[in-house]
Amino acid sequence: MTITMIKRYFFISLLLISPLSMAIEVYEFDNKQQEELYQQLTKELRCLVCQNQNLADSDAGLAKDLKDQVAEFVQAGQDAETIKSYMIDRYGDFVNYDPPMNASTVFLWFSPLVVFLLGGLILFINIRKKQHA
Amino acid sequence: MKKVFIALIPLSVFIGLIVLLYANLNNHSEVLPSPLIGKPIPTFEHPTLYSNQRLTQDDFKGQPWLLNVFGSWCPSCQYEHPLVTALANTGQIKVVGLNWKDESEDADRWLKRWGNPYHEILVDYEGDTAINLGVYGAPETFLIDAQGTIVYKIAGVLTQDIIQQKLLPLIKQMKTQSNNQGKTTP
Repeated sequence: MTITMIKRYFFISLLLISPLSMAIEVYEFDNKQQEELYQQLTKELRCLVCQNQNLADSDAGLAKDLKDQVAEFVQAGQDAETIKSYMIDRYGDFVNYDPPMNASTVFLWFSPLVVFLLGGLILFINIRKKQHA
Repeated sequence: MKKVFIALIPLSVFIGLIVLLYANLNNHSEVLPSPLIGKPIPTFEHPTLYSNQRLTQDDFKGQPWLLNVFGSWCPSCQYEHPLVTALANTGQIKVVGLNWKDESEDADRWLKRWGNPYHEILVDYEGDTAINLGVYGAPETFLIDAQGTIVYKIAGVLTQDIIQQKLLPLIKQMKTQSNNQGKTTP
């Protein structure tokens, strides 16, 4: 075997390996519904290490453990409610990646509207001024 | 006059922002309240690092204890280690280690290097108990009473302030409670 042939085989084998190394987080589910439930849950649960990410997007070690746990529950046929309350019982409400509306988040929810109204008001006053002038 | 007023708006917004940010500087919202306070410690069964036995939550009943989650891979654990050691050495509380997602050889090397203050070291290789305890980063420390109820939790590094102002008063309180109970029951 010549050097070029060895090289060629080496690169072909690399191409064969690469898709495998990319598929790190593949869980086997019985059906489509289970897979969808898994996808939904990992999007709705927060990674507690990198707190502005959900589990699905996070590569943190703990996120991996929690994803394993979620996959295990989904495979065992648990529903979304049960799995979420399992997480909330351990990590608190914060593990919900969907921020709830309450006194401390009301500003977060409505500040875009306030800014929008403020801008509209300034625009309105300016246009009226120009019309009168 | 009106122009001056308008010119001052950006500056006042800026000052307002600075005040807001400064006020929240010490407000660590990433430290989460644990829903486990006041609840019994989750059941577990773990091998120990040195004593070659399997221990469960029931093996620690009867006196208050401190569970310190650590790993040799965790730089902050090394940072708080002298304080954990000092607290264990006072003899006021039994300090148990939970070696979280660590290789035993690494943990052993780490403890040989920095000292082993722990009464027992539970090995949580898979991280199951850590998940049950709602651990999201090491170090974390749990104060557990004689009945096995979680009384207090510190997420992050122990400090002298936390030990003096929170842990020691709580430990003292638990001890007087159990003493009083001992007196009332004949």
